[in-house]
Amino acid sequence: MATRKFDVRSYPGFLAITVLCLTILYVPLMVVAVYSFNASASIVVWEGFSLRWYGDVFVGPESTKFKVAARNSFVIAIIAASVSTTIATLAATAMIRGGTFRYRTLSFGLISLPLMVPEIVTAVATLIFFNSIGFERGILTILLAHIAFCIPFAYLPIAARMQGIEDTYEQAARDLHATKRQAFTKILLPLMMPGIISGFLLAFIISLDDFIITNFVKGAGVETLPTAIFGAVKQGIKPNIMAISTMLLAFSIVMVTISYFVSKSGENNKP
Amino acid sequence: MSQDSTNAIDVRQAVKRYGDFTALKTISLSIHDNEFFTLLGPSGCGKTTLLRMIGGFEDVTEGEIFLYGQEIESLPPNKRPVNTVFQNYALFPHMNVLDNVSFGLEMLGKSKPEARQRAGEILELVQLSDFAARKPAQLSGGQQQRVALARALAPQPKVLLLDEPLSALDLKLRKAMQLELKHLQRETGITFIFVTHDQDEALTMSDRIAVMSAGELQQLGDARDIYEKPANRFVADFIGETNLIDVTIKSQDGQRALCEFPNGLTLTCDARAGLEDGQTGHMSIRPERMKLHAAQVNPENFTGRVVENVYAGTHVQSILHLKDDMKLTVRTQNSDLGNSMVFEPGTEVFVDVERGAARLMAH
Repeated sequence: MATRKFDVRSYPGFLAITVLCLTILYVPLMVVAVYSFNASASIVVWEGFSLRWYGDVFVGPESTKFKVAARNSFVIAIIAASVSTTIATLAATAMIRGGTFRYRTLSFGLISLPLMVPEIVTAVATLIFFNSIGFERGILTILLAHIAFCIPFAYLPIAARMQGIEDTYEQAARDLHATKRQAFTKILLPLMMPGIISGFLLAFIISLDDFIITNFVKGAGVETLPTAIFGAVKQGIKPNIMAISTMLLAFSIVMVTISYFVSKSGENNKP
Repeated sequence: MSQDSTNAIDVRQAVKRYGDFTALKTISLSIHDNEFFTLLGPSGCGKTTLLRMIGGFEDVTEGEIFLYGQEIESLPPNKRPVNTVFQNYALFPHMNVLDNVSFGLEMLGKSKPEARQRAGEILELVQLSDFAARKPAQLSGGQQQRVALARALAPQPKVLLLDEPLSALDLKLRKAMQLELKHLQRETGITFIFVTHDQDEALTMSDRIAVMSAGELQQLGDARDIYEKPANRFVADFIGETNLIDVTIKSQDGQRALCEFPNGLTLTCDARAGLEDGQTGHMSIRPERMKLHAAQVNPENFTGRVVENVYAGTHVQSILHLKDDMKLTVRTQNSDLGNSMVFEPGTEVFVDVERGAARLMAH
């Protein structure tokens, strides 16, 4: 087989760099996943396969703490993703269907800037904000903070999808006697749906695994899964942490896969 | 102003401006009931803008548009008894063919079964009944085109707007669709307003044609008028092929005018109002309205030299040089008679212009 002259694979060091990157990225994850099935309490010595630590997560001494934290995490993630996706959908509709209005570029900047701001800055700022308005910290502060920082994550896939939808579809709907609202709900919304689902899943995952901001704005005694894991790790890493981490990882992979197939199926709906 | 409610569309002094740019400069025209009407012009001439103003997608800067006597400017697109076939069809990709076609009827408040039944009938009319359950992406370009047509016809509009609907089809399919559209217009009795930049398409299908350029109406007439009696230089040049010659009026007797070409040759043709002796005008002579002869047949024949013959299937296109290398194109039908009138390059020939073929224009 003739190789192309400028094929990236023919560059010197291509294989070495690829292997190095993949190793750094994925070996730690694999170690965690493999050792979560370790029969021993050690996190470095392999003593055979066992589901003991998975059992420990659900019925062990720390199980109550983890269950409460997991429930908090999922409740917050579902609500935060729903609300931020709704706001992001409306924002995308305004930005992309609103024509050229004043400060359009500025608006886009304002929506996506939080992605660039260091998270620790956002965390401190959010904490100061809640303190200054006398908002007592607890699950509600976590939820509000999550809604806020999830918006740009939800916005990007929705806006990207919407940009690909020509406005002639809505014009055709209006031409066929649909009101503005009907054109939106019956035509634009279904066409945007793959982007909306992607945005929702992304926001959900981002909320689910957020640590820094959550740690700042959570009240005493309120834990989400990441803060509970962090708290447990402070007393030394036990294999049950690895089991939780592996379950979170598996869950994330499932979500990302769903997101991928949803946006893929959306492409078939394009003419 | 009283309105003729028998006209499908009356455009009165309509102007469209985008900021400083004027897309339409004061257009007035009437489109008759049950007419196949075409807006023809090069891109950017304002034809699509006018169509979108009738459809309700562009507001009218000045002037008025009436639909069967009713002023429609205040109505949003969904309230106008007008439907559009869009250039890219804009079929709803997430709905199947039947749902696409019944959409307009459902939006008009018809029940789902009723809308679907009617949509099924329309699909039969465009011979797509077998494809009702398909998604638009599973159809060929020609089929999508017919679905778009069916969808726009289903709500029984008073006027159907067609925005270059055939431009994406290949030549053969386009020719077939031209005839199908024409038949559909006759069968349904709906007024069609068709926008195109393709003059062949316009001539083939239209009852009347409005030729537009640079935001202005250049000429309104049937195909024969537009082709044989162009109102000005632009129309003569845009429709079909022609020889355009700048001429000076030497003398006229009310009926006929004696015109002089830049190279001094003269030709008489029907006089035009608005042109006085000594003024300059434009003359258009269609290439197929001249014949080449080896010997003089008429005192007004010019002599010229054949420079090149181009064989084009149905005819031969001959390029001639008249006096002072003035270029002239003559078209000879490919037939036994015609072939005897095609001469080898280099031959000196006499050019006979049919009486009535030379069209004099002021602008």
